[in-house]
Amino acid sequence: MTLELRNVTKRVGADIHIHETSLVLVERAFNILIGPTLAGKTSLMQLMAGLEKPTSGEIWFGGRNVTGVAVQKRNVAMVYQQFINYPNFNVYDNIASPLRVAGMAARDIDARVRSTAELLRLGPMLMRKPSELSGGQQQRTAIARALAKDSDLILLDEPLANLDYKLREELRDELPKLFAGRSSIVVYATTEPTEALLFGGATATLDKGRVTQFGPTAETYRKPADLITAAVFSDPPINTAPIVKRGDAIEIGGSLRLPAGRVGAGIPDGPYTIGIRPHHVTPATGGDAGEVSGRVILTELSGSESVIHFDLGGRTWLSQSHGIHPFAVGATASFHVDVDRGFFFGPDERLVAGGE
Amino acid sequence: MQKRSLVPILYIVFLLLPIYWLLNMSFKSTNEILQSFTLWPHDFTLDNYRIIFTDPGWYMGYLNSLEYVAINTVLSVSVALPAAYAFSRYRFLGDKHLFFWLLTNRMAPAAVFALPFYQLYSAVGLFDTPWAVALAHTLFNIPLAVWILEGFMSGVPKELDETAYVDGYSFWRFFFRIFVPTIAAGIGVACFFCFMFSWVELLLAKTLTSVAAKPIAALMTKTASTSGYQLGLLAAAGSLTLIPGAVVIYFVRNYIAKGFALGRV
Repeated sequence: MTLELRNVTKRVGADIHIHETSLVLVERAFNILIGPTLAGKTSLMQLMAGLEKPTSGEIWFGGRNVTGVAVQKRNVAMVYQQFINYPNFNVYDNIASPLRVAGMAARDIDARVRSTAELLRLGPMLMRKPSELSGGQQQRTAIARALAKDSDLILLDEPLANLDYKLREELRDELPKLFAGRSSIVVYATTEPTEALLFGGATATLDKGRVTQFGPTAETYRKPADLITAAVFSDPPINTAPIVKRGDAIEIGGSLRLPAGRVGAGIPDGPYTIGIRPHHVTPATGGDAGEVSGRVILTELSGSESVIHFDLGGRTWLSQSHGIHPFAVGATASFHVDVDRGFFFGPDERLVAGGE
Repeated sequence: MQKRSLVPILYIVFLLLPIYWLLNMSFKSTNEILQSFTLWPHDFTLDNYRIIFTDPGWYMGYLNSLEYVAINTVLSVSVALPAAYAFSRYRFLGDKHLFFWLLTNRMAPAAVFALPFYQLYSAVGLFDTPWAVALAHTLFNIPLAVWILEGFMSGVPKELDETAYVDGYSFWRFFFRIFVPTIAAGIGVACFFCFMFSWVELLLAKTLTSVAAKPIAALMTKTASTSGYQLGLLAAAGSLTLIPGAVVIYFVRNYIAKGFALGRV
């Protein structure tokens, strides 16, 4: 079964929430929507669910045009970032509620609720009200309700965003297993590239209501079609700079020259924008041709990793490396730039060459 | 006695003094009230209360009042529920102006409306019925209830509605099975304020009734009757009038605290 968006747009008043979008989502795989806040992830999900009607375009589900069909008649399930449960129902009734509405026999409901609760380790909490649960358990209840329904389409809108670190890791490991044996189409929205890469599947990158690229997650990450896709799918944010490629060298900001490298050698001379993810910019070991230097603006040191913000010809670049590199703020530091791992974008911001 | 407890004690004494005096009078005979100044009833009597509970002229006043208060509360809250839902969930042309205009209804003194209501209800035959007072009070109570309920409803995330629709609930099933229980505290608070306004409002209640639906507030404020001054009796009636309010406050006190926490009330 597939979910197909055909030239769908959504306008609210004068604002365009979703620009013309066509997508084909398949079952048995995580379909990930990645994009910053307000990129249109939730709007797109509301269109998929049928909570909102597209301004133009059609939505097809399993070979059927469902564009005008009410959400109640669509067999969809949705989990939100906020832990949404029915506050006046206990956990058992929460999980059972979509089944009751669907008119399932009481004995089947009971079996389904108990097995789903077991799966999400909610067994001992069944008689509690959502307000008596921890955040993680509340979100498990919401997920259990979505799973119990056995929907054709399961929409997860940043379900882990409001959980604290430990619970997020835990649930992130469990999620793929929960959906593994199911024939549903799973759509998962997130702002974090790491999450998308962990889940695999297919990823659509979103920016300002536009899907910039859709394809297998690893491929979208390694070969972003354009600058904006690369920017959306990078954390920490990708380093960019306008460059001029001349012969076997690239010039950044007129003065700084770096060897063009394996990738850069193959493209015609001219102006480009280079994009290099921070983990390919590392503190210099000395005596290397591919080095840049700049004033250190900020040093973020975590347990085993350093993120250094430095100034490169008026732009802030980031270096992400293993180990602790305690550069002093204001000092000048040198960094090795792995140009071979960089992306070269043309004047239209489309990818010309490069990839990780 | 500690110094710092002096101020609260004085405060409470001053607050309770009128209430004590009312109770004090209600257990005295009218003679004792008029002839001497006594701090407690020397000539303790329950006659005043006996008259109120046995004379339909008196106890019907309470029943009449309770009747229009109940009608008004039910009417106001059930009309305000869908209105508040619309204000909290939908954006429509002029929604903010409409919301404000609704509140401005409360700014006019009740006296302004006494004459038009009197004329109107007399013309359509509603005069001197509990419905007359109940309907007149909705003018003040519906805006208040909408305002209180809107605050509580806006505290419930829109995603709850969407989750219910996704789960297959129709609007009305969602509204009554899930939404109304979720904002039960708000409904309690709205009922309380409608009840209190309607219970203590005197002018419209007095103007729009004559005999059949005469409320207790009207009976209580006539100081003299054919049998002369009956101050003890009036005090007893006043004491009894305090009871429903006190009972209602007792039941909704926790909800009101919640309402304050949510920024309304």
